Amino acid sequence: MTPRQTPSVPAAQEDPGKLAEFEARIARGETIEPKDWMPERYRKQLIRMMSQHAHSEVVGMLPEGNWITRAPSLRRKMVLLAKVQDEAGHGLYIYCGTETLGVDRSELVDQLLAGKAKYSSIFNYPTLSWADIGTIGWLVDGAAIVNQTMLAKASYGPYARAMIRICKEENFHKRQGYELIATLSRGTPAQKAMAQDSLNRWWWPSLMMFGPSDKDSPNSAELMKWGVKRKSNDDLRQRFINLTVPQAQAVGLTIPDPDLHYDEASGDWIPGPINWDEFHQVLAGNGPCNRQRMEARRRAHEEGAWVRAAAAAYAAKQQGRRGAAAA
Amino acid sequence: MADESTDPGQWPLWEVFTQPGDGKPHEHAGSVHAPDAELALQNARDVYTRRGEAVSLWVVPSAAITASSPSDAGPFFEPGNDTPYRHPQFYKVPRGVKVF
Repeated sequence: MTPRQTPSVPAAQEDPGKLAEFEARIARGETIEPKDWMPERYRKQLIRMMSQHAHSEVVGMLPEGNWITRAPSLRRKMVLLAKVQDEAGHGLYIYCGTETLGVDRSELVDQLLAGKAKYSSIFNYPTLSWADIGTIGWLVDGAAIVNQTMLAKASYGPYARAMIRICKEENFHKRQGYELIATLSRGTPAQKAMAQDSLNRWWWPSLMMFGPSDKDSPNSAELMKWGVKRKSNDDLRQRFINLTVPQAQAVGLTIPDPDLHYDEASGDWIPGPINWDEFHQVLAGNGPCNRQRMEARRRAHEEGAWVRAAAAAYAAKQQGRRGAAAA
Repeated sequence: MADESTDPGQWPLWEVFTQPGDGKPHEHAGSVHAPDAELALQNARDVYTRRGEAVSLWVVPSAAITASSPSDAGPFFEPGNDTPYRHPQFYKVPRGVKVF
């Protein structure tokens, strides 16, 4: 699955009556459910978007998992364990939603492990310090909440319902991250410097999480037409910046953007230019950790094979016993 | 690489229903894959009730569910839509009388 596939069933080949009825339903704000008629292109776009989202949740466990054994207190360690477990749960919610579109989860996982599927580019950056655990919760989960709050109103029912469930849990993720950063920021000069260094490294990749500018985003227009997305990448990014700048100021940290300024007329914080070359490089597999992430996922999958085999063997044995008892 | 012959492939799918509180009805929460009912219950607990969202869980093999079809929804539900006299608003009562 590539994120820029061309339509396999051009709109012209869909039944025009059904397509018109479908688009009228979208226009009325109705929710599309798994057994409803939908254009093939809608189904394909949803599979692409939802599976990328699910993969991102699963790969997103890796940068944070890196720090579980080195958390500075039992409290922080329990919180981090719970958060990483939540990310696994989020991946499962969305895989489950994607399967309602007639695709098998194992197929999607195979695509990820074969390197054929995309996931959020942010998770290809390394977690170099403990402060990065705070910054990920604050910025990465903060950006995810902005995006997912919109997706909770998506036209496809199973996706929207998964997002509602996820948004409730993400609020804990963001708050624990911001609390961590606030604590470091009022700590020793070295702790504050660690927090600032972390913000410096994660700020720009977090802005890139919303995807390319609308004029360069190949999928945005179609996703908005069909009510999967309700706001543009640039609008969501702006909302995130406006929310986050005062949070940085409140804990005495500096956003690493000399061009950032407040625009009185719009009430927006206007950032300097984003380095989209970096984004495309990371997306193309040349980020700092792409290979490491995929190797870790493959190893986890292979090393878990015996667990899957044992569970299946146990289930077969129990079923055999029940059969024998009934006979 | 994992030996394909030892990997049993995808486990069956189970639909998960959670009861959010005492006296509430069970509601559909989502689905899980599991090799048997016992593990389906455990997986459902780990995926759908990490924050005390349920006091009771049901898991049902997805294949066992028969659902109405969206394309027939109109005629299928017509008998229920066609009986306005089942609703109290259908009946006129003298003005000013408190019926309930």
